[in-house]
Amino acid sequence: MMVDLRINGTVRSAELEPRKTLLDALREDFLLNGTHAGCEHGVCGACTVLLDGEPVRSCLLFAVQADGYEITTIEGLAPAPGELSVIQDAFCETHGLQCGYCTPGMILAAHALLQQTVTPTREEIVEAISANICRCTGYGQIVEAVQFAADRLRIANTPRALLSPGGSK
Amino acid sequence: MSADPASFRFVSTNRRVREDRRFVAGHGLFVADVALEGMLHVAVLPSQHPAARIVSIDASAALAMPGVHYVLTGDELAAATDPLMNGLDTPRVKRHPLAVGQTRYAGEWVAAVVADSRALAEDAAEKIDVSYQPLPFVLNAEEALKPDSPPVHPEHGSNVLLDRTFVWGEVDKHFAECPRHLSFRVTWGRSSTVPIETFGVAASWDPWREMLDVWASIQMPKYPDQIARALRIPANGVRVHQDVDVGGSYGVKRGIKQTVLVAHLARRLGRPVRLIEDRLDNMAGGDAHGPDRIFDVEVAFDDDGIVKSMKMKALDNAGAYAGRAPFQLGKPIGAIVGPYRIESVQYRAQSVTTNKAVQEAVRGFGQAPTNYAIETAIDKVAAATGLPRIEVRRRNFIRSEQFPYLIPSGSTYDSGDYHTVVDKVLAHIDLDAMEKERDRLRATGLLAGIGVAACLEPSGANSAFEPLLNEKNTTTTWMDSCRIVVDGLGCVTVTIHNTSSGQGHETLVSTVVGEVLQVDPDLIRVVRPDSLACLPSNSPVGSRMAIMLGGAAFHAAQKLKAKLTRIGAHQFGLGEDKVVYASGGVADPAGNRQLGWAELVNIAHRHYHLLPEGMEPGLETTHVMQVPTGGTLPKDGRVQMYPCHSFEFHVVLMAIDPVIGKPEIRRYVIGHDCGTVITPHIVRGMTLGGIAHGLGAALLEEFVYNDEGQLITQSFMDYLLPSAHEVPAVEIVHHCTPSPFTVFGQKGSGESGYLGAPAAISGAINDCVAPLGISFNKLPIRIAAIGDAIAKAQQPNQGQAT
Repeated sequence: MMVDLRINGTVRSAELEPRKTLLDALREDFLLNGTHAGCEHGVCGACTVLLDGEPVRSCLLFAVQADGYEITTIEGLAPAPGELSVIQDAFCETHGLQCGYCTPGMILAAHALLQQTVTPTREEIVEAISANICRCTGYGQIVEAVQFAADRLRIANTPRALLSPGGSK
Repeated sequence: MSADPASFRFVSTNRRVREDRRFVAGHGLFVADVALEGMLHVAVLPSQHPAARIVSIDASAALAMPGVHYVLTGDELAAATDPLMNGLDTPRVKRHPLAVGQTRYAGEWVAAVVADSRALAEDAAEKIDVSYQPLPFVLNAEEALKPDSPPVHPEHGSNVLLDRTFVWGEVDKHFAECPRHLSFRVTWGRSSTVPIETFGVAASWDPWREMLDVWASIQMPKYPDQIARALRIPANGVRVHQDVDVGGSYGVKRGIKQTVLVAHLARRLGRPVRLIEDRLDNMAGGDAHGPDRIFDVEVAFDDDGIVKSMKMKALDNAGAYAGRAPFQLGKPIGAIVGPYRIESVQYRAQSVTTNKAVQEAVRGFGQAPTNYAIETAIDKVAAATGLPRIEVRRRNFIRSEQFPYLIPSGSTYDSGDYHTVVDKVLAHIDLDAMEKERDRLRATGLLAGIGVAACLEPSGANSAFEPLLNEKNTTTTWMDSCRIVVDGLGCVTVTIHNTSSGQGHETLVSTVVGEVLQVDPDLIRVVRPDSLACLPSNSPVGSRMAIMLGGAAFHAAQKLKAKLTRIGAHQFGLGEDKVVYASGGVADPAGNRQLGWAELVNIAHRHYHLLPEGMEPGLETTHVMQVPTGGTLPKDGRVQMYPCHSFEFHVVLMAIDPVIGKPEIRRYVIGHDCGTVITPHIVRGMTLGGIAHGLGAALLEEFVYNDEGQLITQSFMDYLLPSAHEVPAVEIVHHCTPSPFTVFGQKGSGESGYLGAPAAISGAINDCVAPLGISFNKLPIRIAAIGDAIAKAQQPNQGQAT
């Protein structure tokens, strides 16, 4: 069936089997390879994308179910080719990754957190990334990356889409 | 040795890891991102039986489905290819990518379907009708040893792949001399590294060029050679694209069976073919499980806690085929006494086949289980003598002035200062305060304890365990290499000749070359050519890349620097020793003349008439590096294993809620000495990641088979991986004892943390529960086991629980 999906701010169309997961559709039909298959049963978080700003498992969702949502993939975070978002840059600063396979999902989880929280505690960061498994880092430098990004976003007074008017939710 | 560390410009400085940029943007190139024109997809059909004769395979219904191209069976594949390589001399233990005639474990691949999409191939696999005749099977290693156990490979005659006893030193004499002995058994459960990316491989065959192109998620030594042998094609007809990013491996991504399967299909069908394992394929049939090992240990010691001799028997459950798994009993021989002055050792290494999935190399190649057994022995000696556990370790440590230190099994340890590392860690944690905190936790009703572990990380891998365990194997080199090219515009490109699974080789190499040439590492391009354009190299295994790739890059850069110096000196009419190389230029200090990088490059590339006589034009150097030390065949069961030995010392404060049995790490400190650190970010990340992996092996992860031979932990719902909630914040205390055998004094760190964390965590749990009179002697120690044992111990008259 023909499906229109709004991905990273652009409406894109594809002829999709109803049983096709959002993960497979993003990779095969929209050529967005930054979303990765890890377990394909909803545990590891490598396939994380944002639907209306909330992290979801794209392996547990049929592509057709994403119709009507704003889908954000890792490709939607970099401001321009060759540039990085503050959070992406923070992961480079602290080396919050090694093999890079879980990284897009991890960064999207962090992005969702920092859209909602200006000064996350360590516990809040751990909670936000706890649904994403990383086998390389032991999470230490990932937590540091999110803390570092939060500091930089706060200092820069960066506007955030989901923040309630009063500040931190 | 190079210059004094104080003069480093780039080495040991806190620089960014250059690989990170592409990964944070989602622009890595993983194997599943390789889309070839006209590519077909494979799904595999696993056996449901731990052992069964394959009576017939009817694929007609699958083949009748639109979009299904082919169904491959083991018989066809075995006729067209040679068996996969065995490490040991066990020619009758034949291994093929698909089962031939009989299946040997539940999950073994019986047939492969090729279709237009993976989903369609999976649909078709369900339509294949295989008729099986179940056979007797064996899962337990001790059962498999018995002469009347069902043979996994009847042609081999028994289930024993390896049974070798080494005696190094006067074991009997030392046991007779020592007033005290103790013995115990510990078991290391079958876990693995379980990367988040499964294994995948794509291949295409060009019959006009007679060329097989391979893209794979691979970390396999001699991979192109093994493909060529199995497919019976010339090795220069196999082109492996080594620029594929590997989504984690930590040892296990050896996918040779998957590659031979896919390569055969690509040749057979004349179309590119790809197999990306799903998680179930990977866990049940990907042949990527780790050591599954029972240790029986006996030590001889005195009242002062000095351990003089050790007898260790390690019985390993290799699974259904041999592969390289038995070698994981051999590598720990290179550090069989750990950091201790144990004078003699008897070591019996046994490897048996069973009807479980195949074992593959796992981070440390058998060292983490061995360290767990050694550290358990030291804890027990402390308990027996009533001495503190740290004190017993200090008394037995090799002293810094004793290096280089020859251990009984034939390896020389390069350097170390174990006492100082321990002192620094104890100063950092304030042991008295930690013990007070433990007592405070106990007073609140929790079970609390402290665990310690000291161990070595042998690094800079050679493959000396191969000739040691298989005399037909006479390999004495395990080289690595590097090439540097400076183009006509003066830009530097370095080529490296193996794959990466997150170790940051590009950063390592650019840092080293930049250091030697005194140019900005960020301006140096590092690339991985395909295997046909490669210099002789092995893969990033055995904690070897800082030593071997870093060493090769260092020597290639030194050669380039020497060439530039000669060119400059020749322009000044001076000898090379009369000029000075600095920051890419050459100067004549006496005559106040100098030539910069651009001028030297210009001469090399365009002015043959200005070059010294006999010099080749252009700027290119290579270096193929032999592993430092070793290089000879074993003699009398002794051999020099790896050249360098990093040291780690773990201290863990643990608390357990006695009602639920959940262990909670309250503090985790590691002292780490891997010599000179080239890239601090990378070493730190590997150490933290290794501890997390060790925590998984100690508390959570196990491939469990039920009595029917079925794998019951085959998803992440039941094979549990540590999340950010389980892994504590870890404090690292650094120390640097340079290695005398490496160019910057560096040692390896790719396995750090993992090698001691399981022992330390196990020790902490046992310290927690010691007041109840119980202990745990098998990893992983899962919450349910802790809770049950505590409950049983707290009920009066219920007997001993473990």
